[in-house]
Amino acid sequence: MLSLLTDFVDELRTAGVPVSMVETIDAMDTLQVIDLADRSALKTALSATMVKSSRHLEAFDTAFEVFFAVGRPPPPDENPSPSRNRPPEGSSEGGSAGGPGSLAEALAAALGSQDWGALNRLVEQAVEELAGMTSGRPVGGAYYLYRTLRRLDFDLLREMLVEMLEQRGFHPGLTQNAMENRLRSEEVDALLERLRQELMAEIRRRLVADRGRQAVAATLRTPPLEEIDLMHASELQLRSIEELIGPLTRKLAARLARRDLHRHRGRLDFRRTVRASLGAGGVPLDLRFRSQRRFRPEIFLLCDVSGSMATFARFTLQFTYAMSARFSSLRAFAFVDGVDEITPLLSPGLRFGEVAQRIFAEAEVVELDGHSDYGNALSRFSDRYGRELTARSTVIVAGDARNNYRDFDESPLAEAADTTEAIYWLNPEPRAYWNTGDSLMLRMGAYCTEVYEVRNLTQLERFVERLADHRRKPPARRIRPSVAPSVR
Amino acid sequence: MVQEYRTGRSPLSIAIASRYRRSCKLSGSLSQAQTPIPDPLESPRLIAAALADHGYLASERIAQVIHLADRLSKPVLAEGPAGVGKTELAKAVAAATGRKLVRLQCYEGLDESKALYEWNYRKQLLRISADPASEWGQMEEDIFSEGFLLSRPLLEAISSSDPVVLLVDELDRVEMETEALLLEVLSEFQITIPELGTVRAGSHPLVILTSNNTRELSEALRRRCLFLHIPYPNPDREKAILLARCPGLPEALAISIAQVARSLRGMALKKPPSVSETIDWGRTLLTLGVERIDRDFFSDTAHVLLKYQTDIELACKELAVGE
Repeated sequence: MLSLLTDFVDELRTAGVPVSMVETIDAMDTLQVIDLADRSALKTALSATMVKSSRHLEAFDTAFEVFFAVGRPPPPDENPSPSRNRPPEGSSEGGSAGGPGSLAEALAAALGSQDWGALNRLVEQAVEELAGMTSGRPVGGAYYLYRTLRRLDFDLLREMLVEMLEQRGFHPGLTQNAMENRLRSEEVDALLERLRQELMAEIRRRLVADRGRQAVAATLRTPPLEEIDLMHASELQLRSIEELIGPLTRKLAARLARRDLHRHRGRLDFRRTVRASLGAGGVPLDLRFRSQRRFRPEIFLLCDVSGSMATFARFTLQFTYAMSARFSSLRAFAFVDGVDEITPLLSPGLRFGEVAQRIFAEAEVVELDGHSDYGNALSRFSDRYGRELTARSTVIVAGDARNNYRDFDESPLAEAADTTEAIYWLNPEPRAYWNTGDSLMLRMGAYCTEVYEVRNLTQLERFVERLADHRRKPPARRIRPSVAPSVR
Repeated sequence: MVQEYRTGRSPLSIAIASRYRRSCKLSGSLSQAQTPIPDPLESPRLIAAALADHGYLASERIAQVIHLADRLSKPVLAEGPAGVGKTELAKAVAAATGRKLVRLQCYEGLDESKALYEWNYRKQLLRISADPASEWGQMEEDIFSEGFLLSRPLLEAISSSDPVVLLVDELDRVEMETEALLLEVLSEFQITIPELGTVRAGSHPLVILTSNNTRELSEALRRRCLFLHIPYPNPDREKAILLARCPGLPEALAISIAQVARSLRGMALKKPPSVSETIDWGRTLLTLGVERIDRDFFSDTAHVLLKYQTDIELACKELAVGE
């Protein structure tokens, strides 16, 4: 058990779940108080002690399924399934519609009546007959899952389920047709998702028996959300990433606000304390304090929303949108080769989707041809809004600093650097690509307090954390264009 | 001068009880079952049953984690979307085990004088001016004694002689630095008061921390806790919750409500409906004597479920209720 657990911890760590030594020991402790024969209790015990964030739960689940798979009797290469009288693999592969077809029917029946026991048996049979798993082949589970589903005819299965629920009068509590249809199809989706998971679990089980835990775990590993490259994230990944942005902006808000956390009350107000003590014969029963002056930073956020930045821009806009809910003094600007203020478009109550649409429809971010022109965008910004920058302002620029080989005038940036408290630059490109081709990161970075590579959530988080340090002791007055930027 | 108090035997808890009631929010009403009941913390199954008796339908996982928390004397960090019953869980655990519930509601700006303890400055001052002639050494010992201490929820929970349930609600609202206040309490179950010594828990309280995840909690805190993620319930469980919380609600209607709730949570809403809101909706249906959810009814009462106009419009459109 001990070596199994340490292997499991290794696997979790490789999959990006940070498990500390103490947590491993805690996990060991839990094993002494639970019923080890109870698999779900084991799973809960391990996940409660080793996974401390909901975004790591999925990685944990996958690893757990692999390492603590339920030992099912039939090994993968034993031919016919024991429980039912189905044709063995050979004949169903021979093209008879009867095999997969009737199996699909049985599956639909089991799902529709929520008979999970029967479903388990059928899933086992389906994988046995349809996945065509061969021992030792180095393919991942997704491939077998796809094969099984294709041969089961997923669409047909779906239709059968819809029909079945319709006949049962699935929604006795509803009258409206459109609504009923939608809810029914969602119920079917949920059932099919369950089938998909059961199939995957069965396939995984067989893979483990065939190739061993570590090998299978490695094929199933997905990079943790916070390390996915934002420039190349898929739609689905982006959506989950966006859910994590909310907490992060709150953290940023707290950092920037620079409160003196050890003194929520201001200093003693001696005059008012003495005045108040008169009522108690000169004994200062009531202490009066000055109200603490709150620091309100003004933030100017500039996002490059050009085509090359499309995915990243969506992310930065989302970030901006979330920030705008936290700061009343946040002003957001979007630019390509022109620049326009988008703060009014971020009014609360609008959902992010609408906001993004409106930005591209209403804001005048393109002046010429729609390729980024940092020189023009920045000087426009300086002309129109430069006067509003003060010593309390913090400027955050998000962009790849690729100027498409156009002229770049440094004076607006230099001016802003002198007036404002700080300029931070977030670059979504790998650092190795900076200053190559049309990238002017070095020239632009010279005017920045700090330049950050922000390609994933972890790095964004690091930026937020570093901000705190800067705020505590402001960096020495910076900026000689000749000096290389302090690049982190 | 440092002494150590085993507070199970110390008069501290008695001395401060009345004071505490005056100054802090205390949910004592749920406490103290009169008859001694068998300890439901024996096994997850018993916990689930006991919680169900008090109107909280716990998933298997929740019951298991509470069981572990008791066995290992570790705090539980419950995280999940707003309104899935994290706070309710603590209340139900207190009720089910017959323990007193001590609640610390977190807010921005919470500090140790509100969370741990505070010296009763006025009383100290009165003591000094009442008898200015007394010797300083005597006086100092006097005014830094238990009688001059105002105890706040954490000290209250630690110093109670009976085991309590300590609920630290919405922990994500306090600043990161304030979290550190909790660390000593959570791992050692003790509080160090410089003038007085270390107060140890006579009996380990069952600690439940809740967080809506608006902010990442610190690693140090997470490491000390058992992590419990409470997601939205699946329709089956939500149905059961509705039936338990809205007595008299027909089962068919409960199924429909649960399905509608799931559907809404799948949409891109600003604020998806929480369990408490679906319960409210169920009660609305019950009060209005509705037997079927129809177009007019949904659009008329959507504001019970959804709290933004844009959300309501979107939901009506998506569910094609407006057609």
